[in-house]
Amino acid sequence: MDKLLTINNLNVDFTLRSTTLRAVNNVSLSVNKSERLGIVGESGAGKSVLGFSIINLISKPGRIASGTVMLQGEEISSYTYEQMRQIRGNRISMIFQDPMMTLNPVLTIGEQMRETINAHASMSAADVDAICLEKLRKVYIPSPEKRLDQYPHEFSGGMRQRIIIAISLLTNPSLIIADEPTTALDVTIQAEIMDLLLELCETEHMGLILITHDLAVVSQVTQRIAVMYAGSIVEQGATEQLITNPQHPYTKGLLGALPQRASRDGRLNQIPGVMPGLAKIPEGCSFRNRCSLAADICLTQPVLEEKTSGSQVACHMVK
Amino acid sequence: MFAFTVRRVAQAILVMLIISFIGFSIKHNFGDPVRELVGERVTPQERAEIREKLGLNDPFLVQYGRFLQSAVHGDLGRSFFFKKPVTEVILAKAPATLELVFCASLIVIGLSIPMGIYSAIHPKRFFSRLIMGFSIVGVSVPVFLTAILLIYIFSVELGWLPSFGRGETVRLFGFWDSGLLTRDGLLHLIMPSIALSSIMLPLFIRLIRSEMMEVLETEYVKFAWAKGLKPRRVWYVHAFKNTLLPVITVGGVQLGIMVAFTILTETVFQWQGMGAMFIESVSRADTALMVSYIVVVGFIFVVVNTMVDLIYGIVNPTVRIAGRK
Repeated sequence: MDKLLTINNLNVDFTLRSTTLRAVNNVSLSVNKSERLGIVGESGAGKSVLGFSIINLISKPGRIASGTVMLQGEEISSYTYEQMRQIRGNRISMIFQDPMMTLNPVLTIGEQMRETINAHASMSAADVDAICLEKLRKVYIPSPEKRLDQYPHEFSGGMRQRIIIAISLLTNPSLIIADEPTTALDVTIQAEIMDLLLELCETEHMGLILITHDLAVVSQVTQRIAVMYAGSIVEQGATEQLITNPQHPYTKGLLGALPQRASRDGRLNQIPGVMPGLAKIPEGCSFRNRCSLAADICLTQPVLEEKTSGSQVACHMVK
Repeated sequence: MFAFTVRRVAQAILVMLIISFIGFSIKHNFGDPVRELVGERVTPQERAEIREKLGLNDPFLVQYGRFLQSAVHGDLGRSFFFKKPVTEVILAKAPATLELVFCASLIVIGLSIPMGIYSAIHPKRFFSRLIMGFSIVGVSVPVFLTAILLIYIFSVELGWLPSFGRGETVRLFGFWDSGLLTRDGLLHLIMPSIALSSIMLPLFIRLIRSEMMEVLETEYVKFAWAKGLKPRRVWYVHAFKNTLLPVITVGGVQLGIMVAFTILTETVFQWQGMGAMFIESVSRADTALMVSYIVVVGFIFVVVNTMVDLIYGIVNPTVRIAGRK
């Protein structure tokens, strides 16, 4: 299979006054051409930082400390600012969490679409408009000609997310990074948006990195899942396998906490404790303080390796 | 937009009514128009007759109504010192003040926008820290001190710029004495404009900087970066356009306040404008002139603010929608 994106041993640090916090810890993963990968984890696990670090757009004072990001064989993590700018929104597009906040309130939809094309290509205004309309139709925006001159406040949340998806399609990217694209929407709209994303990825042959805490969503859309905990990937494998046969105690805990999987009269499973803050990650296995299987060996850091189930798991206790 | 405009103008008229009411109350309570008219050597009976004839014994509101009626026709009374209608006196002085405010506003707008944007985009650079340091000094030093300092340096020590007056002026349209069209007039304008802008410029820089820094942290700016836009486009179109909204609202009021601030500047530079005139009219207890100054300045203030609101409506699409309904 062709590798679309490969991340090797990526570390992202946030340097504060006195300390350096590691938000992404030695993460390696890859996405094949037109493959859909889910990154799952609790809030603060480092999923979003990982997503933004791919296009080197981490909020200050975060920075990539080491590791490489390869896009279709090119090492984009060593690119200059201008080279990276030409990747952003062009070969890799992003979709953000809250569509109410993502569009600029004082610019029309048309302006916000056209500028994306103009930032990456030079073509006539008529051609630009034709592409904008084509993409708006793709996301099922009715009468797109009228919509171009409207402002974001004239759209509902679901419509805005469609427009944002249309913006992300403008340059025919090979990869879309969707950072919790449905979290801010209500449940019925969530399903519509996820269906749309899935459909577009298939018809346009795009790769997708879906960052979410919603296991139900991720299991329906993606082909592979990486589970993140406290900045590291603890388990990675094919979606089907990971959902039906989770190996890492944390993944088991996450799945056990899903209401639709629990029996009617049983109590919902909870993972005891909370995820540690970045400053308080224990040495060795970062999950050991919450883990029922923890033993002395867990004081040394486990490596992510393939286990008998077929998934890659970072746990000493899994065979 | 039309309904919005109508509503804003109606509000402006209401504000003007309140200002005129306050102005009239001052006039009613502090001045004695009979003394102004006839002086000391008139018997009490004659005074009483004149009072009756002028309608000064009528109820307060009736007199206010009469004041309003003549004010609408441009008659705000007579200055007892100049022996002329006050509107004539003010009209003769207004160009000096308005030109001064205009030049100071140009300095404020022309410098605060680039400086504010620069220090917001590069908050840690040396030049930004320099701007911020100077702006604190600028805000804290009072206008008259800045003015005297400027005179000391550029007029007394270096002898480059004239220290007082308007210099050579040109009469336009038969009533407007302009200093903007002669070299001498422009030279005379430099220091007063700088002195007048010395308070507003730092305020504007700080306002633009803090608003812009806030906007740069928003999701839509982050999305603009993620779309791969060039930095110029993100800063000047995405961020600055949103920065403008609060700056226009606050800034409009501040520019209006500058009209009132001219009192100090005009006094120091002996600038023959409305501010200096107001100080003189206070010392002469020329109530008609004082009141008309208040009403005229209030009028300018209201006009500026109304225009600012209309501009705001053009920049902000949500306001326009609200007005369309």
